[in-house]
Amino acid sequence: MAGVTLDTVRKVYAGNVEAVKGVSLGIEDGSFCVLVGPSGCGKSTLLRMIAGLETISGGEVKISDRVVNEIEPAERDIAMVFQNYALYPHMSVYDNMAYGLKNRKTPKAEIEKRVNEAARILAIEPYLTRKPRQLSGGQRQRVAMGRAIVRKPQVFLFDEPLSNLDAKLRVQMRVEIKRLQRALGVTSIYVTHDQVEAMTLSDKLVVMSGGQIEQVGTPSEVYRRPETRFVATFIGSPPMNILPGRVEGPGLVSVGGQMIKVTDMREGLTPGSAIEVGLRPEDVQAGTTGTSTLTLDVDFVEELGATQLFHGKVAGAEFVVQASTGQLPSDTRDLTLSIDADNVHLFDPQTTKRLGVA
Amino acid sequence: MVENRRYRNLVAYLVLGMGVAIVAFPVYLAIIASTFDAGTIANGNMPLVPGDQAGINYERALFTGGRLAREPVGMMMMNSFIMAMGIAIGKIIISILSAFAVVYFSFPFRRTAFWVIFITLMLPVEVRIYPTYKIVADLGLLDTYSGLILPLIASATGTLLFRQFFMTVPDELLEASKIDGAGPFRFFKDTLLPLSITTIAALFVIQFIYGWNQYLWPLLITTQSSMQTIVIGIKKMITTQDALTEWQIAMTTAVLAMVPPVMVVIFMQRLFVKGLVETEK
Amino acid sequence: MEKRALFSNKLLPYLLIFPQLAITLIFFYWPASQAVWQSFLLEDAFGLSSEFVGFENYRLLFQQPEYYRAMVTTAVFSSAVAILSLSCALLLASQADKNLKAGHAIKTLLIWPYAVAPAIAGVLWIFMFHPTLGTLARPIKGAGVDWNPMLNANHAMLLLILSATWKQISYNFLFFLAGLQAIPKSVIEAAAIDGSGPIRRFWTIIFPLLSPTTFFLIVVNIVYVFFDTFGIIDAVTGGGPAGRTTTLVYKVYADGRLGGDLGGSAAQSVILMIIVIALTAVQFRFVERKVQY
Repeated sequence: MAGVTLDTVRKVYAGNVEAVKGVSLGIEDGSFCVLVGPSGCGKSTLLRMIAGLETISGGEVKISDRVVNEIEPAERDIAMVFQNYALYPHMSVYDNMAYGLKNRKTPKAEIEKRVNEAARILAIEPYLTRKPRQLSGGQRQRVAMGRAIVRKPQVFLFDEPLSNLDAKLRVQMRVEIKRLQRALGVTSIYVTHDQVEAMTLSDKLVVMSGGQIEQVGTPSEVYRRPETRFVATFIGSPPMNILPGRVEGPGLVSVGGQMIKVTDMREGLTPGSAIEVGLRPEDVQAGTTGTSTLTLDVDFVEELGATQLFHGKVAGAEFVVQASTGQLPSDTRDLTLSIDADNVHLFDPQTTKRLGVA
Repeated sequence: MVENRRYRNLVAYLVLGMGVAIVAFPVYLAIIASTFDAGTIANGNMPLVPGDQAGINYERALFTGGRLAREPVGMMMMNSFIMAMGIAIGKIIISILSAFAVVYFSFPFRRTAFWVIFITLMLPVEVRIYPTYKIVADLGLLDTYSGLILPLIASATGTLLFRQFFMTVPDELLEASKIDGAGPFRFFKDTLLPLSITTIAALFVIQFIYGWNQYLWPLLITTQSSMQTIVIGIKKMITTQDALTEWQIAMTTAVLAMVPPVMVVIFMQRLFVKGLVETEK
Repeated sequence: MEKRALFSNKLLPYLLIFPQLAITLIFFYWPASQAVWQSFLLEDAFGLSSEFVGFENYRLLFQQPEYYRAMVTTAVFSSAVAILSLSCALLLASQADKNLKAGHAIKTLLIWPYAVAPAIAGVLWIFMFHPTLGTLARPIKGAGVDWNPMLNANHAMLLLILSATWKQISYNFLFFLAGLQAIPKSVIEAAAIDGSGPIRRFWTIIFPLLSPTTFFLIVVNIVYVFFDTFGIIDAVTGGGPAGRTTTLVYKVYADGRLGGDLGGSAAQSVILMIIVIALTAVQFRFVERKVQY
């Protein structure tokens, strides 16, 4: 087993397009690291550089202390699961899984043992003689995983492996991948644009945007204390509300004239300067029990079953509140919202960085 | 749609029936002629139902030949077969290799190499017939199978067909192969070749027919009658001096010449259509 | 369009492409350039020496009335075969596109003439229309026409056109049928709901949508008549009577072989090459447009 270390890794394509702009990251042995970000943020390119499918323009990639920049994919001791599975259409499920081992001159008995074991773990034993086209999407996904498992690599790489599945299957496979990774204990790097997948799977969550890392942390760290406005609005659903506000004094900001107390606020901000105030829809309650209040002018209500989303405006800006169904009357026009000082996030309007306690 | 289906289908069957009849009639007549003796045909009143000379005609054509072309047709068919197979297989081999190089490798002059091959699409052998003849003669390839085959496989159709197919193979397959430890040879043998089977078969069908039906080129470069192909042979059986033409043998030979390619079209129709439509795109 | 993942071997791609390049250079580029070079040379009567004469061969060529006649013959022959075989094929394809029970069998019965060699097709048609023993010549003669394609140039031409058309129908049929089947059924159904009958629908909806196929086939048919009919002509008329069915390609062959005029023949080859390149260029421009469409 091995960790993966990236040191200012860059990727520049022909025409000087910089897809990855100097990324440094340490991934501990046995951990599950998820790279998440919108399309075009460089996460797939980064993964493909770790796999050896893209040349590295600058910096260093190390797998278990070995620099692999110039090493062929096959020699890096990694396995990869592709978005479209990339199963060999003309080979049986068994041969698909065995191919990489055969190429490595693994003894036949050993191949058989490993393939059968992987098939058992993934519950695809009945399909070993079938061709990929005779399988359902979920089964193909399992074969692709099996192909990775049998190799017993040091690192698993996943490139959006669940995006070709329907919603229900995606949830199911997500759980299975997590369980499998726990059981095998292999370092895994997983790329996705789906923030729910990212939150649920990762030990270490890496949020990327524009070829750079925005934030690294555990899912709860990233959710609880987003370092940039981008991370704040990207992680969490519905996304965090951002309101224009003003600095009033230490631990105090205002939005549309209403004062809001803040726990996590940097010292020494000039009173009267502009600031962005972030509030998660699920952190806001109706009532006056909190430390401050805001008034929501309700436009309409979305029913989600267990919860309701109240869409409206606070001080002229779009605002969403998530509340348990039945907690609030659906025909409300004006809502008084209670804010807890611990749940207020502040961002610099210019740099978009968090203005929390240093 | 509903509108008067029965009436429209009747019209369709009528038109198509006539089409099939017109298309089939010349061949039907040849088959009939191959079952009569010379006299019956020569008097200009050949019946439209088969006669009883088929055995004699086919045996004589196959093993002896006619009065004008004394070579047995069986041998000509063998020559045609070797030429057709040589063209089909040769073209498949050189074009799948070059398409593999052009699509899956990055190397200097890749574009140039592709265009050098691509341009040949435009000019059939007919327009450069004498210079090609001279080169083949200089290389000492007259009256050889190589001379018959090589100039006819110098064209881009196969390369383009394979290139087009390779482009539809997902990139991830190559990436998965690389991670599975396969180099260019393994990838070609284990993945690309098995996936290309239908394309290969389609190209084979088209090229076999093309090769079998060649006329001008073998006419020029075969001087020995032992190298003659069947399409050339049949032309030699027909002269302007009617008295010498043995029509029953000529027609028997025509039928024999049509059998292999027509069988290929009928029994490999799906591949034939695929090959035809895709090589012309 | 390029692959994302490639191999980076240095020597291997050259080895792979070598056989094709070698054959192409030896049997295509070399002879083609020889043809161009030769067209500027004049050989003496014995073929022993040759001198550079510039455009003399071309000038002589354009002084020959036979060359203009070959052009006219080619034009008449090409357009007659293209029009005749395209319209027959379109008629058949439009009927075969009707989802008939016997559709597949009929398709098979219509496409096999593609496999018949042009020279063989020619022989079959001569036999049918042979002035003394042809099964179909008898009724024509019975109707009082002095039918003789061996002596009458118009009869010879007609016979060529018929046999060339016969052979080409299957090809055109296949492409028209594929084109028709590619037209979305919903478009035709929309037209039916808009109240246009089958015939009106054909001319206002189907035929315009089929125009890329039609255009493609026109070019292919012209090229076909130019080159592939060599076997038919050689078998049916041998360019006669009196050179009246000699096309441009046949003349290249006849002048070079029978006349021994290699320079003149080469000049003709060069002109043919230019014509074909022009036709192909037109077709490519159109194919590009088709891709956008």
